[in-house]
Amino acid sequence: MLEIGLAHYLTVAAVLFTLGMFGIFLNRKNVIIIMMSIELMLLAVNINLVTFSVFLNDLVGQIFALFVLTVAAAEAAIGLAILVVYFRNRGSIAVEDINLMKG
Amino acid sequence: MDAITTLPVMSPAAAEIFLAAAAMVLLMFGVFRGGKAQEATSWLAVAVLLVAGGLVMSHGGDTTLAFFGMFKAGPFAQFAKILILAGSILSIIMSRSTFRQDSFERFEYPVLIVLSTLGMLMMVSANDLIALYVGLETQSLALYVIASIRRDTLKSTEAGLKYFVLGALSSGMLLYGSSMVYGFAGTTEFEGLANVFSGLDGQQPSVGLIIGLVFVICGLAFKVSAVPFHMWTPDVYEGAPTPVTALFAVAPKVAALALFLRVLLEPFGALVGEWQQIIALIAVLSMAIGAIAAIVQTNIKRLMAYSSIGHMGYALVGLAAANEAGVSGILVYLALYLFMNVGTFACILSMRRQGRPVEGIHDLAGLSKTHPGMAAMIMIFMFSMAGIPPLAGFFGKWFVFMAAVNAGLFALAILGVIASVIGAFYYLRIVKIMYFDEAEEPLDTAIPGDLKIIMTVMAAVTLLFFIVPAPLVSSAKAAASALFAG
Repeated sequence: MLEIGLAHYLTVAAVLFTLGMFGIFLNRKNVIIIMMSIELMLLAVNINLVTFSVFLNDLVGQIFALFVLTVAAAEAAIGLAILVVYFRNRGSIAVEDINLMKG
Repeated sequence: MDAITTLPVMSPAAAEIFLAAAAMVLLMFGVFRGGKAQEATSWLAVAVLLVAGGLVMSHGGDTTLAFFGMFKAGPFAQFAKILILAGSILSIIMSRSTFRQDSFERFEYPVLIVLSTLGMLMMVSANDLIALYVGLETQSLALYVIASIRRDTLKSTEAGLKYFVLGALSSGMLLYGSSMVYGFAGTTEFEGLANVFSGLDGQQPSVGLIIGLVFVICGLAFKVSAVPFHMWTPDVYEGAPTPVTALFAVAPKVAALALFLRVLLEPFGALVGEWQQIIALIAVLSMAIGAIAAIVQTNIKRLMAYSSIGHMGYALVGLAAANEAGVSGILVYLALYLFMNVGTFACILSMRRQGRPVEGIHDLAGLSKTHPGMAAMIMIFMFSMAGIPPLAGFFGKWFVFMAAVNAGLFALAILGVIASVIGAFYYLRIVKIMYFDEAEEPLDTAIPGDLKIIMTVMAAVTLLFFIVPAPLVSSAKAAASALFAG
């Protein structure tokens, strides 16, 4: 019988976090996917925090996770709002079209 | 059950509480006033920030905790907060004439600045990883919106979008680092962390802690735009409206650097052996990229972005020294950086041709003939940023390099001096363009009065700082010694 311990949870969180980061850098298609990747990173952090909270028997981690959830919601709202005004000006949200300034 | 119903101590956070309440009142004022509320809201916002400055000042010279140890007020935070508030106030005043000339009047702008200033003040006073994160996000979320405030232009919205994506990425890294630190140290409080790390007694800290520390440093390096996390800075500085760039170049930089100092020296102070090399590397790279990449720029806002990357590199030299002289050197550097940058941006904001703003470096050609006063002031700022004595910028560099030498980091100090010699090239090139090139078409001669006053005062301070350096230097010393006293 496999015992699921701290290392397993941390590995899942680390994999999710890495996927999120690669999603931001390797994705060449759509800004919405970047937003999803950011959310994935924050959720990986939440898994970490809750796991540590349980294993340390300390509530602070769960409270931290609640703060992260709240701020992530505000962040997504602002990101999507900026994306909408960008789309109105540019007519596209493809990543390769965000190229007005370079250098 | 008594302990749960006790109200936390709140008075050390009076300035922040006042700002939070006042921002909401200002928002209501703007909404109900409608139409032409920007002028009134701007002045009210300035008044609010001045009152907050008074509240910060009224807090005495001793270090006190609030909100059950989550918030810490003391001389160090006080020094940084005064600089932040000064930067915000000046950028609101400077934005008025530009936005009026571009017929862009929105009352949200000063309100958003008040909100982001609130976040910055919380950052420098944070005494817990949770408080740090909340303060940082309060600042960043407002700044994302401020960057894209000209929502009808492609440039501004693109700047906002880039700033948002990279800012959110950096927050994610900072958070991941915080979660690792929490997990392996068992606490999020700065004092608790400091106790855990000093309890290691020279033993190697666990791998999880080192990973956490590196991620936290990456997240904070993003916020101060240090190389290799600087790629957002030139694009955001160029794309954002110029008054917004003037804000970005000063207040958030001061706040992020003050936070960087506190995080590395307070909770992670015992791990100096682990982070000193990283900070030294980041400082060298920032100085080098800031000096070299700026040479090829043709847009003055992009040039100021690389200049600020370089300046953050010089300031981080003081952090790598990790001693009291280094911290007081950084604080002096930041204060002088504020004067030079606000003055330079007042000059950039008054660059207009037939009423339209221009921002090419070659638009400055022949400025010495059409605007002799402004050309002389830009020359003072450029010489000062290049670090030529006896102007103010020289003393900032002198203090941080001396701190590095005293800490035995000779290579770092020598590389810093070399980088500042290379950097002098592009500052002097601007002076050459102003004084020796012929103008094709002169810039407008009508400069708004408030910009004129601000640039004159800043130029005078930059020029005459060497006569009375004592007040600034001694208060920076007091702030630095308070940080090391704990």
